[in-house]
Amino acid sequence: MQLEPLTILIAEDSAADRMLLSSIVRRQGHEVLTAANGAEAVEAFRQQRPQLVLMDAMMPVMDGFEAARQIKALAGETLVPIIFLTSLTESEALARCLEAGGDDFLAKPYNQVILAAKIKAMDRLRRLQATVLKQRDQIARHHDYLLNEQRVAKAVFDKVAHSGCLNAPNIRYLQSPYALFNGDLLLAAFTPAGDMHVLLGDFTGHGLPAAVGAMPLAEVFYGMTAKGYGLSETLREMNAKLKRILPVDMFCCATLLCLSFQRRSVEVWNGGMPDGYLHNIASGERTPLTARHLPLGVLNPQTFDDRTEVFPMAVGDRVFLLSDGVIDTCDAKEQLFGVERLQQVFAANRQPDQLFEEIEQALQDFRGEARDDVSMVEVSLLEAAQLIPPPLVYSDSGQSCPLDWSVNFEFRAATLKRFNPLPYLLQLLLEVHGLRAQSGALYSVLAELYSNALEHGVLGLDSSLKRDASGFTRYYQQRNARLDELQDGYVRVHLQVAPKDGGGCLTIRVEDSGKGFDVERVMARPVDGIRLSGRGVSLIRQLSRNASWSDEGRSARVEFFWEALA
Amino acid sequence: MADTHLDRDVLSALQEVMEDEYPMLLGTFLADSEERLSKLHSAGDAETLGATAHSFKGSCSNMGAVRLAKLCHDLEQCAMQKNFLEGIEKLVGEIDGEFAIIRPLYEAERQRSLADSAAVRRF
Repeated sequence: MQLEPLTILIAEDSAADRMLLSSIVRRQGHEVLTAANGAEAVEAFRQQRPQLVLMDAMMPVMDGFEAARQIKALAGETLVPIIFLTSLTESEALARCLEAGGDDFLAKPYNQVILAAKIKAMDRLRRLQATVLKQRDQIARHHDYLLNEQRVAKAVFDKVAHSGCLNAPNIRYLQSPYALFNGDLLLAAFTPAGDMHVLLGDFTGHGLPAAVGAMPLAEVFYGMTAKGYGLSETLREMNAKLKRILPVDMFCCATLLCLSFQRRSVEVWNGGMPDGYLHNIASGERTPLTARHLPLGVLNPQTFDDRTEVFPMAVGDRVFLLSDGVIDTCDAKEQLFGVERLQQVFAANRQPDQLFEEIEQALQDFRGEARDDVSMVEVSLLEAAQLIPPPLVYSDSGQSCPLDWSVNFEFRAATLKRFNPLPYLLQLLLEVHGLRAQSGALYSVLAELYSNALEHGVLGLDSSLKRDASGFTRYYQQRNARLDELQDGYVRVHLQVAPKDGGGCLTIRVEDSGKGFDVERVMARPVDGIRLSGRGVSLIRQLSRNASWSDEGRSARVEFFWEALA
Repeated sequence: MADTHLDRDVLSALQEVMEDEYPMLLGTFLADSEERLSKLHSAGDAETLGATAHSFKGSCSNMGAVRLAKLCHDLEQCAMQKNFLEGIEKLVGEIDGEFAIIRPLYEAERQRSLADSAAVRRF
């Protein structure tokens, strides 16, 4: 290999040696600079930046050791090889040369062949170092570029993702600030009825590819939750959207919760995430919320299963969800942290509020260092009154508010199986400005009337099943089974809006094709509803006016009033 | 006879490397050596003496002055052991003597080389 000529500094106090060495080096094709002592050598280096230095150790004014130190300091990260010229033989003196930054020695008398070989070897080393530095700088530039892109992407994403209610008092969560780029996603929002939807998702992969799916997912989640869609509809839409836009090897494991403070229950769908846990504070029991589905974005809409499970909750109970970063944390021997160790942390936990810290500590002890792709969230059930959902924001001016109309719907079996008319009905009603202030109550009552008509009426389910936790589960199993088999039946909804004293009145009537119920017996119960069963009727009576049932319980009627708007 | 003082192989190698500058190298060596000799005589302490002997040794070895290099080496060792009284004065004397021997040899080599290149130039 023909090497490029170098500029080589020769620092040597003996004029004859300097002359000789200069000739040898020049004959090998290099440029030569000379210096007669260390101080001259440093100055020559400062001014002309030679690529390699041949340095006599013993020189007047400044010796070679000090000159080498100064030249190395001036060279900084660039490797400027220094070959000491020496007839030193004592190992201590040779060691001093290396300590001062020398890279090699050349003994006197000079041997041309060895000198040429050493210059070549040092030049290779010098180039290697230059390449490494160049590549390091390149990597650093790419890294900066990537970080900047992530900052921008995160800023945009945060606008979308944090429009939710992650700061609600009943939510605690732990996520690295750049969890998005580990594929982790945490979303929470109130439904119009004041229920809370929570999603913890984990996209396959890392970096930007893992983050791109988060945006559409968050939009569907927030859009549909705000409009009053339930978990099933939201899940179906999220799955279909991800299936459509993501490449085949990308999907999103996710757990979706609907926490109902009024019904005191949690509805769960888990697709491919680690078990979550429902922690019953009174009994200390932790019910695993196991994955029963494939992740979002895998199945096509026809085969996607949106079936959820419902569990009762008491005030203070908690739902704990985690990403696989927790369980898949490895120690030095490639052993996984695993579910068992997690459960040991659960078992040792005395202060529920300390759980995150204890898990983090356990992970750190296990692995020896903290990880940045661990996501955990804990949602607790509060009294409904303790949580005030943020008021909905409407963008229209109100000039076109409809004030005198009525409309009738009949939803028949094939529709009841798969369609949730509530968001549609609610949007229609919220066109009436006077109703917007009570949208939460309106939605809750409408939802209750509809689910009573469907579940107790059309499907003939017995609400007393929901007396205890196991009956609660059975109830929802039966609901799903009967809905699947449903052949006929209907739910009719009549809405009537009429102006009244400057304000107005909404009358809602919901009828079903079921067997009805003993209205007098149900009405005789006190309006409190701490029990799991029969809460719907008390809720309706608390939130609306003039609630009444007729046609042996097959027809329910409620009213909402509003005053003249300021 | 000359081989105990000069290594002729080194000289011919030097001539090959230096080409036209060979006579100048020899002249420089002699001037340099005189400077170093006077430094040896005026050295006030063992350290200076040792360092000067060390440098001189290096030059001598490069220039093929084998016996002078050996004497400088001995002096350096002596200075390092601070064996002042006996060894040093004797060695400095021997170095003077050796230089007196080789000086005309290098001078003659220089003249020969100058004459050679002059002869070459004529053709």
